[in-house]
Amino acid sequence: MTLFIEQCLNGLQFGLLLFMLAAGLTLVFGIMDLVNLAHGSLYMMGAYFAATFTALTGSFIAGAVVGLAATLVVGMAVEVIAMRRLYGRDHLDHVLGTFGLILFFNELVRIIWGPAGLSLPLPGWLQQPLSIFGFQYSAYRFSIIVVSLAVAAGLYLLVMRTRTGMLIRAGASNREMVGALGVNIKLLYTLVFGLGAALAGLAGLMNAPILTVQIGMGENILILAFVITVIGGIGSIRGALVAALFVGFIDTLGRSYFPDILREMLSPTAASTLAPALSSMLIYLLMAIVLIVKPEGLFSAGQR
Amino acid sequence: MPFRLPPLTLRNVVVALVLIALALLPVYSQLAGDRFALTLFTRIVILALSALSLNLILGFGGMMSFGHAVYLGIGGYAVGMLAKEGIYSGFIQWPVAILASALFALVTGALSLRTRGVYFIMITLAFAQMAYYIVSGIARYGGDDGLTIYKRSQFFEALNLSSKTQFYYVCLVILYLAIYFLYRLVNSRFGMVLQGTRSNDARMRAIGFSTYRYKLTAFVIAGVLCGISGILLANQGDFVSPSMMYWTRSGDLIIMVVLGGMGTVAGPVMGAIAFLVLEEILPILIKLGGVPFVGASAAARASEYWMIVMGPLLLLVVLFARGGIDGLLNLIGDKFKQRGRS
Amino acid sequence: MRRTLLAAGAAIILAAGPAAAQNKTIKIGFVSTFSGPTAVIGNDMRNSFELALDHMGRKMGGIPVEVIYEDDQQKPDVGKQKTEKLIESDKVDFVAGYIWSNVLLASLKPVIDSKTFLISANAGPSQIAGELCSPFFFSTSWQNDQTPQAVGLYMNQKNVKSVFLIGPNYAAGKDMLAGVASTFKGKVVGQELTTWPTQLDFSAELAKAKASGADAIFVFYPGAAGVQFLNQYAASGLKATMPLYTAFTVDELSLPLQKDNAIGVPGAQQWVHDLPNEQNKKFVEDYRKKYPGLRPTYYGAQSYDAAQLINSAVVATKGNLSDKTAVQKAMEKADFKSLRGGFKFGNNHFPIQNFYLQDVVKDASGELSLKTVATIVKDDQDRFAAKCPMK
Repeated sequence: MTLFIEQCLNGLQFGLLLFMLAAGLTLVFGIMDLVNLAHGSLYMMGAYFAATFTALTGSFIAGAVVGLAATLVVGMAVEVIAMRRLYGRDHLDHVLGTFGLILFFNELVRIIWGPAGLSLPLPGWLQQPLSIFGFQYSAYRFSIIVVSLAVAAGLYLLVMRTRTGMLIRAGASNREMVGALGVNIKLLYTLVFGLGAALAGLAGLMNAPILTVQIGMGENILILAFVITVIGGIGSIRGALVAALFVGFIDTLGRSYFPDILREMLSPTAASTLAPALSSMLIYLLMAIVLIVKPEGLFSAGQR
Repeated sequence: MPFRLPPLTLRNVVVALVLIALALLPVYSQLAGDRFALTLFTRIVILALSALSLNLILGFGGMMSFGHAVYLGIGGYAVGMLAKEGIYSGFIQWPVAILASALFALVTGALSLRTRGVYFIMITLAFAQMAYYIVSGIARYGGDDGLTIYKRSQFFEALNLSSKTQFYYVCLVILYLAIYFLYRLVNSRFGMVLQGTRSNDARMRAIGFSTYRYKLTAFVIAGVLCGISGILLANQGDFVSPSMMYWTRSGDLIIMVVLGGMGTVAGPVMGAIAFLVLEEILPILIKLGGVPFVGASAAARASEYWMIVMGPLLLLVVLFARGGIDGLLNLIGDKFKQRGRS
Repeated sequence: MRRTLLAAGAAIILAAGPAAAQNKTIKIGFVSTFSGPTAVIGNDMRNSFELALDHMGRKMGGIPVEVIYEDDQQKPDVGKQKTEKLIESDKVDFVAGYIWSNVLLASLKPVIDSKTFLISANAGPSQIAGELCSPFFFSTSWQNDQTPQAVGLYMNQKNVKSVFLIGPNYAAGKDMLAGVASTFKGKVVGQELTTWPTQLDFSAELAKAKASGADAIFVFYPGAAGVQFLNQYAASGLKATMPLYTAFTVDELSLPLQKDNAIGVPGAQQWVHDLPNEQNKKFVEDYRKKYPGLRPTYYGAQSYDAAQLINSAVVATKGNLSDKTAVQKAMEKADFKSLRGGFKFGNNHFPIQNFYLQDVVKDASGELSLKTVATIVKDDQDRFAAKCPMK
């Protein structure tokens, strides 16, 4: 039972982390109608910035805050320099152009930080296990859950309760109309893209201590974020949250329980090889089914 | 429709020269003692075939598939798995690989073509990733580690695929046949309808064409052609691994098509050559070009970062040179023609 | 083409006198990982290989040596392509290196087909020790199962009754877990293989290990994954209840990042930097002198031995590398002073050697360092040698 609770917490943590990444992606996708493959690169930049600034300042929190700001700036710069020119073009152009940006960012990181990658060590107080209701859980993972929930709540308030949020919602449902209303659409786009970049950077820097900071770290997780965006409905933040939790739970619980089920039928090695593949596959299967049955996703922005 | 030779334009002359040069490459390799050139160009010819197949649906059919590399994997793994089970005969391996590719294309195509736009991109990606995870999940066939193929496909005594030169010509002949086949196909009634759906699907349906069937047929043909290049790739490398069908590989194929020029038969061949040769040469160019400015060691270091040139180059092609190499050649050709007239 | 000419030329000259058949340079291709989080391992191997060449005056048997380093990016398909390029384009006489068993397995065929000698300075997959063994393959490291087998024996000594195994899901990971299970006398209560090399989050596996109630955990995580595992193991609070036994997880490269988390975590190794022989002392001292701030590891020591092995063959054949049988016979003698104090080759060209228990201690300067504690097993031969058809 404790194992199940622990795995659920792990699934929740992974799901929330994916949500951070997917939230930015779905906003950019929904409002600017831009397929941004370089979103994973911003995730990577966040991790690299945080690792660098933590080493410089000697404080994890300070490093994270400065790193987050730096990612926001990079995101807005990318929007102004490159992305702006891709709006309104077809999706093939988006895929190609942003694929080119991935190559660019990977090499840029290699030049600046070298090929070896960095590590982002945790401060001592986050390394200790935390005792909740009599069982132990990693304090850092718990803090990821807390921070992500806070961000999700903040995002909800921003989108639902502020004027900017109203414009964002309007933009996701009907782009032309917002422009026609005389809103400074250029500035709105830059802001939204910067917000998405910051969220991706936050996900990257929060994941960095669990993983290592390395070139190409965004490429695996980027596709997962796209899956979530599509399952949840393009442009829908609520959909992204639900879908991210789905994916987080499927991945974690699948990895955990499939081997035991499969071991009844297969050798341990075969079962251990098949299990993670099966849980990853399930996620894509879910997306394919959603696309076939309800192509606009679970919560489509247009209908909300 | 009788076969008509393409008109004599600069673009067609260049294409013809490139195709002839490809046929002469083993001679150069033999004379210069450069065995690596043959290995490199075998890869190029094989990937040109897959780019060619992608172009049928992407360039002519307007179907933006983001999972085309999956057929490299299916063709490759069909060969690899059968070889692992001790079946080396090409008469079994190749038809199985082709059938598997066709079946996968038929089923996933039938489902994917119900969606459009960005959803089509995503669903083709999803199916490719599923296949990726299936093969990386089977321990018997190496999982993530990949699978070494100890004997290449066997046909007759006379045909030895293990000979580098013979294998190169097998690949090249298949490429020639595919170019000819696609040239005929896109200029046929079928090809016209397909190109019609690209520009305006609704209108084609209104005229009374079942565009879904046309698109699905093209999707399956493209899958089979790419499956064949998967067979060749597995034989060339004596090795298959899931990374053959990872999504970034599909991205590479799209780049080759766009770099060469979408919607022209020979464009992707030029794109594949340009992409793979650039990959080998760009580092050397940076190295040589940088020496007078920054010194030898710094230039050598800079040459490792050739991707930083490639990435923005790609973005520039997207933004400013949509026709790719093909479009460029046509442009230059037209310029010459105009000058000749005036 | 050049090679066949050379061979033909060599055949003619051979009649006149063997000394004239020498190569102009000895070309060695070195495939390892020089990018990504495990690049530190590749760099250590390169550093040690370069140091070995320095010690030889950058000549083998009087012939200058040229080394071409290639990055396999830790990917089997890339490693294989780079190996092919070294053989076909650079026309090397030897290929060496290879950290990862899956990269080595993928690269083996082109090397053997071209009759080039390959010296693995780290990876030792069971397949190559057994049915895939080849006259052209030599290892200066170990067969994958050997080191964990020694750990299994040590756990028996420590009276461990049950163990939970965790390792990466690739060729070496499977070998390692099978190795420890083959000598461990207690019960293996669970086994987890994780996606390699992308999975660095071991929360699910640690939770299952905890739930299994085993006496101990055994892991194999080389490079950055080892740092992550140890830190997550410490954070999960298991350290007090379930002791950890390791193979290739704690080394001089990972220690500075694992810090105090590594104290009290035992491992087994065939080479530790404090082995008391002359050539080893020279190696460790000169390494620290040449690369200030760095410490040599077993990866480096094995690479150093690989350079020595190649040198011994070049010297013995007087640089006449076209006589493949003579080169093979020369290498089989292992006629050089190994940093681990000598070993001999078994029929499958894997070393027969001792394995030691290593522990983490604070050295005189207060820094964490590895220390040889005891000899676990003497003159150990891998358990696949009998499957190899070579005699």
